Amino acid sequence: MTGTETALGAPAERREGREKVTGTARYAAEYDRPGRTHAWPVPATVARGRVTGVDTAAALAQPGVLAVLTHENAPRLAEPDDATLAVLQDAKVPHRGWFVALVVAETPEAARAGATAVRVSYDVEPHDSVLRRDHPASYAAEQANGGHPGSTEHGDPDTAFASAEVRVDVEYDVPPLHNHPMEPHSSTARWDGDRLIVETSSQGTSTARDVLAGMFAMPAERITVVAEHVGGGFGSKGTPRPDVVLAAMAARHTGRPVTLTLPRRLLPSVVGHRAPTLHRLRLGAGADGRLTALVHDVTTHTSRVKEFVEQAAVPARVMYAAPHSRTVHRVAPLDVPSPSWMRAPGEAPGMYALESAMDELAGELGMDPVELRVRNEPETEPDSGKPFSSRHLVECLREGARRFGWSRRDPRPRSGRTGPLLVGTGVAAATYPVMVSPSTAAARALPDGTFLVQVNATDIGTGARTVVAQIAADALGVEPGRVRIEVGSSDLPYASLAGGSSGTASWGWPVHDACVSLAERLAGRSGPLPEQGIEARADTAGRADADSPYARHAFGAHFAEVTVDTVSGEVRVRRLLGVYAAGRILNARTARSQFIGGMTMGLGMALTEDSTVDAPFGDFAESDLASYHVPAHADVPSVEAHWIEEDDPHLNPMGSKGIGEIGIVGTAAAIGNAVHHATGIRFRRLPLTPDRVLTGLLAHESPAPV
Amino acid sequence: MGSQQHGGSGQDTAASPRHRSDTTLRVNGTPRTLTVDNRRVLLDLLREDLGLIGAKKGCDHGQCGACTVLVDGRRVNSCLLLAVALDGCEITTVEGLAGDGEELHPLQRAFRKRDAFQCGYCTPGQLCSAAGVLAEAAAGHPSHVTDPARPSGEPVPLDREEIRERLSGNLCRCGAYPHIVEAVEDVIP
Repeated sequence: MTGTETALGAPAERREGREKVTGTARYAAEYDRPGRTHAWPVPATVARGRVTGVDTAAALAQPGVLAVLTHENAPRLAEPDDATLAVLQDAKVPHRGWFVALVVAETPEAARAGATAVRVSYDVEPHDSVLRRDHPASYAAEQANGGHPGSTEHGDPDTAFASAEVRVDVEYDVPPLHNHPMEPHSSTARWDGDRLIVETSSQGTSTARDVLAGMFAMPAERITVVAEHVGGGFGSKGTPRPDVVLAAMAARHTGRPVTLTLPRRLLPSVVGHRAPTLHRLRLGAGADGRLTALVHDVTTHTSRVKEFVEQAAVPARVMYAAPHSRTVHRVAPLDVPSPSWMRAPGEAPGMYALESAMDELAGELGMDPVELRVRNEPETEPDSGKPFSSRHLVECLREGARRFGWSRRDPRPRSGRTGPLLVGTGVAAATYPVMVSPSTAAARALPDGTFLVQVNATDIGTGARTVVAQIAADALGVEPGRVRIEVGSSDLPYASLAGGSSGTASWGWPVHDACVSLAERLAGRSGPLPEQGIEARADTAGRADADSPYARHAFGAHFAEVTVDTVSGEVRVRRLLGVYAAGRILNARTARSQFIGGMTMGLGMALTEDSTVDAPFGDFAESDLASYHVPAHADVPSVEAHWIEEDDPHLNPMGSKGIGEIGIVGTAAAIGNAVHHATGIRFRRLPLTPDRVLTGLLAHESPAPV
Repeated sequence: MGSQQHGGSGQDTAASPRHRSDTTLRVNGTPRTLTVDNRRVLLDLLREDLGLIGAKKGCDHGQCGACTVLVDGRRVNSCLLLAVALDGCEITTVEGLAGDGEELHPLQRAFRKRDAFQCGYCTPGQLCSAAGVLAEAAAGHPSHVTDPARPSGEPVPLDREEIRERLSGNLCRCGAYPHIVEAVEDVIP
């Protein structure tokens, strides 16, 4: 870096890279405290009912087993806001997989053997676990996740749709999906007198500390929660999950440090999942392609434990100008595990449906799908009427089309064929809201000319340490190498969690402010600094959470090229290309990795990731990584991410929008649209697995007699 | 941790003596003799007994590859191998990947340069797996995508398709695949 360059935007290498490639980066289960024990949970084997007895004798007789916690002997906790955390507090079984006991032992092997030996008896009640569009228990939700109104309506969408020149009325199904971060949810807890110290795999330790303080009825000052390195989360570690509560309870019960790593196969039942969404899209348009009516109805499920409504109809309130519109979320509480956040909740499944329907509309109109989107670009945010702080969707579409070679595309479906392979291309748009939460930070100038910046950011793989250092260096006007960063502990200045693509904006803002005021103080003084240095602090409360007169969203465009094997039904993605408008990109290297990662997860959503609620059992049939197929190396030949420079003064001092989630948003639709282009067949249920595609191809070749 | 120490703190009480066995392994060049619970897999021996936390427990069922290490030079899922069955074996983990006097293995340098990881949890497994791939290709082991007409026993050139195929047992949920492949390409001799 020269004196005239800024650190922001540079492709700085990850600060923790060395630890991660040498195997010394420490994750939550890797704190081997003296006397540490290991815990193993016992999941309920019924979908609904009550525990009538837990026979722990055989488990306790196992060598090395120290204790079995059940609802009868576990510490009593204050009622949490999130009811999924009220583990071992009563006999109720709200879904299969709910934890009914926890075995603590000297070793992982003994804990596992003990868990196998626990005998649980139940009073079983009939259960109902399968979502359908006409489920009698479903109701229109007041509110969807994120605080969005459950329903919105503008104009007279029914009349406008009925009288539209061109209509699309289609249904799409998105199955339950699982986050499956590579590091399973893990926590190590110990009590030191009246202090609780926890290392946990969490997206936000300030939040985790506050939740534990409430549940254990103790002041937050007596709790330290550390998440130095986190092996991914994708929403499933946004707020505390049962592992941290159980580990803290078990440590109190046994008087020993306890590590609990949730077995992979049990994760889908207790850490949240993307709820299945059943969509109906009605698009009405004039012959010129302008939308006159847009209706997006979503039906989803939640558990009996809490209401979580995947806000899949929300992006339809942002994307396109339509004078008449309605969006509705209906939810059915079922005897199923509790859904929660998974990367781009709402936007990912909602934009799959909306962008697939737009592709169908383009087909009906005989219009290029890029041009159709451009034609429906709104002047203000359709739902709120607010001006956009910045919106460069059209530029993303145009730039993506140029880079992808879209103009060479033959628009006719089934026009590309090489041997047994049908080749097709597709496009879809993406959007994700700008979120930011109040946080605090401290910046200290030290006598040796270095700086220490403290903020309780959490690095779940985004490169938080690195980008925070870049922000600090620019605000201080120094080389990033002179700035040391401390993140990942609740003892540091309070900060919000790594979620909603809000981390960098939320943490960077107070870091920027603290560094600016520190630089001012340094400029106004002379002589050596005191031994402890001088410090400036900043708090963005009241600013980061202030209402904006602007609608603030990131946008993007996805392009996909696929092959469809007419013999096997296998869809392969040859290339994926995304172009994003997400404010100022603060680190070109780590940003690119996040975009590509989101697109890769979107590829999984399109082609491989499938989960089924098993009706007789009431939980997920595909619950481990052998049955739930996340993309592997061979599935991902070419993924490219690009962005356009966006100068938006209405965001935060860095001018950044979030980038962690938008990469997944339009990917599945782009791939699905490419499969339609390749085959001439519209598949409306994800994922596009060979069995479904082959069935469609065969039906297309020789339609069943009517 | 000493090189001739017995197992972790709980080992003595967590299994009766007839369910434990003395086992000697060479781990990253150092001989280690432990009295091991017969149920203990190599992954837990490394992590719990030796404090080598580089090998990761992602699934504990051989489905994700995060626990990949080299046993006698070949890559394995260490969560699937009972430690007592490996008496006398040479184990290389990510901690021992760089040779003597080498600060980082060329793969480790390439992973950093290419930003071939995000959360880092699959990274030690990807690195050990990639090291195994290089050796297997050099030894002429074919993969599913190797041209069957290739004469056997000759080194297999590693193009991107070969690298992707051979690394497909190592999952990365952050989606660093394209950068991992670039990093491996960087170190192909």
